Amino acid sequence: MKIHEYQARQIFRNYGIPVPDDFLCYTVSEVENAARELNCMTVVKAQVLAGGRGKAGGVKLARNVEEAVNAGKQILGMTIKGLMVEKVIVTRAADIEKEFYVGFVNDRNTKSVTLMASAEGGVEIEEVAKNNPEKIIKYPVNPLTGLLDYQARNIALKLFGDIKQAQKAASILTKLYKLYIETDATLAEINPLILTPEGDVFAIDGKMNFDDNALFRQPKILAMREPDEEEIQEIAAHEKGLSYIKLDGNIGCMVNGAGLAMATMDMIKLYGGSPANFLDIGGSSNPQKVIDAMNILLGDKSVKAVMINIFGGITRCDDVARGLLKALEIIMTDVPIVVRLSGTNAAEGLAILKETGLPTVSSMSEAAKKAIELSKR
Amino acid sequence: MSILVNKDTKLVVQGITGRDGKFHTGRMIEYGTNIVAGVSPGKEGESVDGVPVFNSVENAVKATGANTSIIFVPAAYAADAILEASEAGVKLVIAISEGVPVQDMIRVTPILKQNGTLLIGPNCPGLITPGESLVGILPTMIFKEGNIGFISRSGTLTYEVVNLLTLNDFGQTTVVGIGGDPVAGLYFIDLLERFENDPETIAVVLIGEIGGDAEEQAAQFIAEKMTKPVVAFIAGQTAPPGKRMGHAGAIISSGSGTAEEKIAAFNRAGVPVAKEPAEIPELLRKKLAGKI
Repeated sequence: MKIHEYQARQIFRNYGIPVPDDFLCYTVSEVENAARELNCMTVVKAQVLAGGRGKAGGVKLARNVEEAVNAGKQILGMTIKGLMVEKVIVTRAADIEKEFYVGFVNDRNTKSVTLMASAEGGVEIEEVAKNNPEKIIKYPVNPLTGLLDYQARNIALKLFGDIKQAQKAASILTKLYKLYIETDATLAEINPLILTPEGDVFAIDGKMNFDDNALFRQPKILAMREPDEEEIQEIAAHEKGLSYIKLDGNIGCMVNGAGLAMATMDMIKLYGGSPANFLDIGGSSNPQKVIDAMNILLGDKSVKAVMINIFGGITRCDDVARGLLKALEIIMTDVPIVVRLSGTNAAEGLAILKETGLPTVSSMSEAAKKAIELSKR
Repeated sequence: MSILVNKDTKLVVQGITGRDGKFHTGRMIEYGTNIVAGVSPGKEGESVDGVPVFNSVENAVKATGANTSIIFVPAAYAADAILEASEAGVKLVIAISEGVPVQDMIRVTPILKQNGTLLIGPNCPGLITPGESLVGILPTMIFKEGNIGFISRSGTLTYEVVNLLTLNDFGQTTVVGIGGDPVAGLYFIDLLERFENDPETIAVVLIGEIGGDAEEQAAQFIAEKMTKPVVAFIAGQTAPPGKRMGHAGAIISSGSGTAEEKIAAFNRAGVPVAKEPAEIPELLRKKLAGKI
């Protein structure tokens, strides 16, 4: 789960990390009021759940109220990576002496929370990682001790030569680690962390992602969720026990298991078609899931054919067939459907489907070819 | 021969009285797995399918000498169950539970290492040594005794490919589903090494997917350390970046973890990568005959 920058800033503040004040604004007049209130050089920043906001023109410096208003006019309503900007923050423009990057991530290889720090702040860290990996310090934190004071201080000293500044940065690192653990984050980054000419250290931008598997024990984080349209669909499917992601093709697929679902999409592409979605109905045999899944697929107007690919293990093919039969009684559709059932009780499932007249095939390659052919009619 | 589980496996089922635990206990017994105990706090003295139930893994191990555990408890309690098995001296733990928080897995990792416990999963279908022992939820009818080792991040895709192997007369030594989570127990390299050392395994099929760089590491390991042929398949070539494809670990983040990178790494290591699952038996045949 992702949150907006303004939300990350609030979490940082709650944990005592210094972040300049900001005002969340939905309208240009709110931007004007905020700029007046601050009465200094400000930055107007788009609040969307996408990276690269600066490059897209979603972050603007304003010397006075008039410029802030103009920035608000330009940014509110613009689209960044397909997402409409509905709100901005207005914040004091910081005096920057130097910019740094600090962040924590879960690292699969060391199986630890890893601190990443770099003197190359303010730019996309992925670029630094690609072009100058030696400029990123990586430090896997021992989960049994957490990030210790001396560790944070020593890493901060590598970025800040001055011990007083390093101590300020180290304090931010330990707070960031604490909030990372306590909120079940999968990413907590400050980019940039800045040094001011006066020698103060501030976070002026923040990004946080959270572990979906841990949301059950993070009610405060869950309450911050502001899903976009696509995510609303995905969350609704999730609540029904389905894993659904919309894509831009025209062949809807319904599969049991995530790996097989991905392989099904790939195969449609391999044979010259284009998948309309990823949809994993999971490992149960509940016919209701099949009905819910068919509702989602057939509710998507770009779907010109449906490919059902089931390899029954714990999932029984006859249960899937029964669910499909019910779904077709409820949903009227003329979208062609091709069914592949293999594994547990496949013969029984196919017998149930016989009366529907739906084309059935025995391999996933055949199913993909057939679905593509049907989508072109 | 085989890896990790065999006729000597003495299994304890944690969460044996739950819906899934009970159901799969029956299936594993049916296959011939030696299940010696179950654990369900508060239910000691009861039995499930003739298997005695204990209050703790410690009691179960003391009474039965269980050496392997399979975990069916809900995700929120999975880390606790894994550590309980480890501290009771169980040497191999298979966690089926899906949806375990990543931080929980990060915390258990150093303790398992300290205790010398091997973990498979979580969020995995378990493993099977055909004809000897099923420790998991895999559908048994598709497996066949033979010489192919099999490692996969996915469940049903494993069934799809194993079925094709069996139909093409390629039986299996051991089939391991390592699970779809970003932080998990034994992974590709750990298992490739075991298959390399298993005298009965003549070749390995590896099924990877988008997310992380475990496939790239596996490719390097194969090039440097393995004498046995490996054939691979990677799922998720059409997956959009930034989206979690069902599995918590199946995500392309910041442009890395793509199928293209993984396929390229395998190609560099001389590992043929199938374009679709149906191609795997043929690639295996050619690779074993030294034709590719």
